[in-house]
Amino acid sequence: MKRRLNREFRQGLRDGLPICLGYLSVSFAYGMKAVLAGLPVWIVTVISLSNLTSAGQFAGTNLILSGGSYLEIGLTTLIINLRYLLMSLSMSQKVEEKMTFRQRLAVSYGVTDEIFAVSMQRPRELSAWYMAGLILTPVIGWTSGTFLGGVATSLLPDTLSSALGIALYGMFIAVIVPPAKKSKPVLFTVLLAVFFSVLFHYVPFFEVLSGGWGIIVITIVVSGIAAFLFPIQDEKKEEA
Amino acid sequence: MEGEMLRVIASVGVMAGVTYLIRMLPMAIFRKRIDNVYVKSFLAYVPYAVLAAMTFPEIFGSTASAASAVVGTAAAVLLAYFGRGLLTVALGASAAVFLVQILGF
Repeated sequence: MKRRLNREFRQGLRDGLPICLGYLSVSFAYGMKAVLAGLPVWIVTVISLSNLTSAGQFAGTNLILSGGSYLEIGLTTLIINLRYLLMSLSMSQKVEEKMTFRQRLAVSYGVTDEIFAVSMQRPRELSAWYMAGLILTPVIGWTSGTFLGGVATSLLPDTLSSALGIALYGMFIAVIVPPAKKSKPVLFTVLLAVFFSVLFHYVPFFEVLSGGWGIIVITIVVSGIAAFLFPIQDEKKEEA
Repeated sequence: MEGEMLRVIASVGVMAGVTYLIRMLPMAIFRKRIDNVYVKSFLAYVPYAVLAAMTFPEIFGSTASAASAVVGTAAAVLLAYFGRGLLTVALGASAAVFLVQILGF
């Protein structure tokens, strides 16, 4: 039993490694900008450790610097991060049913886009120890990257930081393409989501739906349509 | 100055608290498996919808030039199509972007 937990934990650590590397460069840039803008290194590091988000904490940091009210900061954070509600809901159905309440409270802390993406790729139920490993490596990357960026005096060479800018998106592609190749409904879901996302992004009429709200609307509408057109029957029921 | 520091710390607390609640509530509330076929299917499609919508078209603006981003995206899609792992796809896309930049695009 002990050995199994250990193996799950180590597998999680390993699966978290690509996320950790991607986070390093992004958080490095964030730490540098936030400290140059006038925040102490330790506060910026605490922001990364306690928030563990990208867009959400970038916007929040800007608001802190420009003297935004608590309400403004809270609402902006809520809107940008509301997609985690859907990810966490989706994940709640994939964690082992025996996972204790406390473990659920702890795992919730680590629901980021990338950790969610990798956990959904795992072909089995998610154990608390697997999630602990999968969360730990990215947290270390995100926090230490922020700290290093904050204390660094010289910048990452521009070409390098630009090249790493695509790394996290590359991971998302690695998660969505292989299932889309195998399953028509998944391909349909991906293409429809991309269609709406491009539409919201470039057509001025939909400008209100760019950014945080757009992602949420697209996810709900597209997953809803896909579920309606291609309901997934329970495997056990199909056999019966 | 001390008042200013307190405002910053409280603001960080608001950000962290809101973010944690969003992540924690669904996980704490839905502790049983949902039985409804429609809801289950909806949740199964959520990862693909949300990740696809977040990736496109933002990926095309994620590097210093549109040309390098397009080549990087193509590299990622190809590597993923042939079943490479997360790290390979992520670094492959970065390497492609890096090369295009060195060539001066």
